[in-house]
Amino acid sequence: MAMTIHVDIVSAEGAIHSGMATMVYATAEMGEVGIAPRHTAFISRLRPGDIRVENQHGEQEHFYVSGGMLEVQPHVVTVLADTAIRAHDLDEAAAMEAKRRAEEALAGHAAEFEYAKAQAELAEAVAQLRAIEKLRKLKAG
Amino acid sequence: MAGAKEIRTKIASIKSTQKITKAMEMVAASKMRKAQDRMSASRPYAEKMLQVISHLANATPEYRHSYMAVERERKRIGYIVVSSDRGLCGGLNSNLFRRLLAEIKEQRAAGIEPVFCTIGSKALGFFKRFGGDVKAQATHLGDKPHIEDLIGTVKVMLDAFESGEIDAIYIASNEFVNTMTQRPVIRQLVPIVGGERDDMPYHWDYIYEPDARTVLDALLTRYIESLVYQGVVENGACEQAARMVAMKAASDNAGSLINELQLVYNKARQAAITQEISEIVSGAAAV
Repeated sequence: MAMTIHVDIVSAEGAIHSGMATMVYATAEMGEVGIAPRHTAFISRLRPGDIRVENQHGEQEHFYVSGGMLEVQPHVVTVLADTAIRAHDLDEAAAMEAKRRAEEALAGHAAEFEYAKAQAELAEAVAQLRAIEKLRKLKAG
Repeated sequence: MAGAKEIRTKIASIKSTQKITKAMEMVAASKMRKAQDRMSASRPYAEKMLQVISHLANATPEYRHSYMAVERERKRIGYIVVSSDRGLCGGLNSNLFRRLLAEIKEQRAAGIEPVFCTIGSKALGFFKRFGGDVKAQATHLGDKPHIEDLIGTVKVMLDAFESGEIDAIYIASNEFVNTMTQRPVIRQLVPIVGGERDDMPYHWDYIYEPDARTVLDALLTRYIESLVYQGVVENGACEQAARMVAMKAASDNAGSLINELQLVYNKARQAAITQEISEIVSGAAAV
């Protein structure tokens, strides 16, 4: 039987692939890499591209990842795939956007947190819930 | 006694309300199952990442990333508050806010100021009403939240941490215990907890491409994001569970209300018939 290596491809939103392979190809930060079983421990960032997994029967499976991390240990390959396209500028833009949204939504509101007011209103909400609970018990009993 | 017709309309209106709450209950039940699946699907990623991170931290002791650094003195703390977008889910959000409030009060007593970052419209609305330094927000993530919707919001917090504006980041969200119970929790994100395990002796190291620093930086950001994502997904499951329970209670209430009204209606109808008969009988007797 051919030597095999376990391959896990996972993203934050779920597992994509898990199985055995005789060879794995990926687009690493500094060029394409091919990983055979018993490859030395290796870790790299991935560029957007194809991941090819070749199994014992010589079949190839393709997975597209938009980036992520590749971790290799002698018997396991783990691909931590990104689900989003990542780049420094894009992240920066997303952060600016999140800030802008907050500013827009909260225009004219006080920056000081009004503790007393919040507490009073929450207490009221909780009291309401409790009253409902009590009423229900009373009815049931 | 109210007129029979009035009662009849009231029963009809409660019945239609009951239909709505029942439909909402069933929708929430099916969405909850999906949200739970999503919750467990996101777990392996974060676990694997923590594993790699703790290895890297042990393997390259000369480089300490600021997220893993030793605690610095706390003056300001960032909270990422995860809430639902919609209401009608019982006390889910108010319980979370109450928990947060208690926490803030404690921190204030120690002279620590809070900074916020909200996910979900309910949290945004909460801070809109009560003030608070909200740095960033994300709303309308829908039933299927995507990590790219969170990247910006998380980055604002991480940037603030790196620039020294805040000294720690916490996430406040609901923990899914079971369908009936959701518990508000506040967990520390940064500095990373659980990233260090001394019981793992490493005699080997990775080959890094391009170098350990770059790899660790990329990993850490993704790790924090995945934790926030998990919080959001879990909160989503909590929301559906809470809504299911709340809507079930509402449907039951509507049912008992209908029963009561039906009784009143029957009595009113009976009374009207009795009166009519007695009128006819007395009329006949008079002739």
